[in-house]
Amino acid sequence: MKFRNRRLSALAAVSLVAGLALSACGGDDGDDNASDGGGGSSDTFVFLPKNLGNAYFDTSDNAGKAAIEGWGGTYQEVGPDKASPDAQVPFINTAAQQGVAALIVSANDKEAICDALNEARDAGVKVVTFDSDVNPECRDLFINQATAEGIAKVQVDMISEQIGDSGEVAILSAAANATNQNAWIADMEKQFAADHPNITLVDTVYGDDDDQTSFDKTAALLQAHPDLKGIISPTTVGIAAAARYLSTSDAKGKVMLTGLGTPNQMREYVEDGTVKEFALWNPGDLGTLAAFAAKALVDGDIKGDEGDTFTAGDLGEFTVDADGSVLLGEPYRFNADNIGDFDF
Amino acid sequence: MSTPVLDRPADATTYAAHAHPLWRRALVTPEVAVIALLVLVYAWSNANVANFDNPLTLYYLFLDTAPILLIALPMTLVIVTGEIDLSVASVVGLSSVVVGMLHHDAGLSIPVAAALAVVMGMAAGALNGFLVAYVGLPSLAVTIGTLALYRGIAVGLLGTEAVTDFPDKWTDLAKERISEGSSYPMVLVPFVILLVLFAWLLHFTSFGRGVYDIGLNSEAAHFSGVNVELTKFWLFVLCGAVSAFAGVYYTLRYGSARGDNATGLELSVIAAVLLGGVSIFGGRGALHGVVAGVLLIGVISSAMRLENYTVNVINIVIGVLLVLSVMTTSLLGRARSLAARARGGGPRPPRRRNAVAAAPASESSTEDSGTQERHPE
Repeated sequence: MKFRNRRLSALAAVSLVAGLALSACGGDDGDDNASDGGGGSSDTFVFLPKNLGNAYFDTSDNAGKAAIEGWGGTYQEVGPDKASPDAQVPFINTAAQQGVAALIVSANDKEAICDALNEARDAGVKVVTFDSDVNPECRDLFINQATAEGIAKVQVDMISEQIGDSGEVAILSAAANATNQNAWIADMEKQFAADHPNITLVDTVYGDDDDQTSFDKTAALLQAHPDLKGIISPTTVGIAAAARYLSTSDAKGKVMLTGLGTPNQMREYVEDGTVKEFALWNPGDLGTLAAFAAKALVDGDIKGDEGDTFTAGDLGEFTVDADGSVLLGEPYRFNADNIGDFDF
Repeated sequence: MSTPVLDRPADATTYAAHAHPLWRRALVTPEVAVIALLVLVYAWSNANVANFDNPLTLYYLFLDTAPILLIALPMTLVIVTGEIDLSVASVVGLSSVVVGMLHHDAGLSIPVAAALAVVMGMAAGALNGFLVAYVGLPSLAVTIGTLALYRGIAVGLLGTEAVTDFPDKWTDLAKERISEGSSYPMVLVPFVILLVLFAWLLHFTSFGRGVYDIGLNSEAAHFSGVNVELTKFWLFVLCGAVSAFAGVYYTLRYGSARGDNATGLELSVIAAVLLGGVSIFGGRGALHGVVAGVLLIGVISSAMRLENYTVNVINIVIGVLLVLSVMTTSLLGRARSLAARARGGGPRPPRRRNAVAAAPASESSTEDSGTQERHPE
């Protein structure tokens, strides 16, 4: 009996370990970026997303690729298979050794990759962060998708337009300790209190960025608050799950839903009328802007100081703000009129 | 030396493994195969991969693999006893959080916080060890449980925050080179000390013999005077302590204490240990193979990264290598026992699974054991 147990556990352990090696194989990296004969060179721009096989970063990186190839540079995408704090460090070290022109990074941790980035900068690599920043002293520029106030404001505006500026609303957030969401919710509370006195925020629930949990929390929310007129979900997982619940419930069309979502997830709910309008920045534009910012740094057009200006192709001209950050712009609103133009 | 099989007295032929001369037993092993492969891959990469001969390559390699190297030492001993510890990465994360909080919130100095974190790691390991050795639960189940438990505590303590205000003196020490311009970071010093200690413990003490005995047959080990429970208990405590130390290094190296630090590291450690020729069934393995296994994975990864392969391709290569190494170890073992039987030498080697089947054969004469196999009566 004892032997059998042990053999069973040994078998399970071996399969676990094999899982380590194979877990990432399903990852989607559609671009052929394997081996161009060894080593990058001084015209290579390397995108380093939080992890590979992530649709959001695929959109950014592919837009960056188009921009880089547009001016004749070499594009490369590298990255870890999971978004753990330290996993990007070996890739940053490798880029530093290869002496690439620029690294365009979305950071998994604002401190953990800091030293590696600075070593790369010492080796002459320009470092641009996008989507998630590192400490300002570890990079040349940060491409900011939107400000916290901007994100809070667009959601407050959308829900108040949709419910006629009065009634009960609730928030379906991600995890209870999600930093971004909590900052936005705090901002939204302030804006409701200041500009929309007839709207009461009755509840904030947490779906943990899990589809099923968010679905269940939406159901519970509607039960607990029969007079609810609107739900804001400032997370792409939450808004999609809430829309799925609403689309088959009696509350469809009576309870408004808005928040941050991606067009591909929300398309069917916009088309069937469950959702009127939601917002997000355009991750493709974010990638394009990051690529052009890196090029401007590499070419020596800008240094990353406050007030520097550069042109990002069709996106127009951008100015570097305080702390070396560049703002992409206001969040973009998606609705039935324009959702067909987007695929991400 | 010339005709060892025929000249030996019948009662000395119990161990077929000793039928070969010493040099052959020392060199034809999975450990030496892994070391040879490591040398081969390293030499090839040095000659063919651009930028690989840069001194930075080795420096980064050691910095990145240091936690795996460290934890692989006690993990080897645990796996040799036939047990496993999956909670090591969670102990790394917990230790990282503990160091961060003790330093940031309680204002303790780094050495004191680190010492307390190691004590915490020993306690975490002691819980594993108690449940496995004294309660008698399977280590796989226990440590899957504590993997979640310790990680949960770590993330719960710090939430999504990260403690980053560590003094430069200590974060620099974690990355410092042994001497200016050398490829060898300072962290290799504690590693080498621990390597010597663990090698001595496993290969040169009666405690170490006990570890192998438990892996081969824990009941036989018990009856020959090995304190099976206490041995296992201390191995888990050691595993916890070294993991916590690795957590301290990890925290200082990245300057960031987070609950999700080192997520998934346990699988890298176990993969390297198995690649190094340690049997997952227990009873065989050696530390030189394990160290070579860790470095082999590191060298392959950095060479392939420099050649711009994506992480998925790197994982496939390492995964295939691991499966091949586990397969060849077990196939070689089977081939050896078949060969021993075909030669008609003494009874088969005392492998645990065959021990019962081999027992009756040992009473018969060694001359006609070929017939003996076909007609056991």
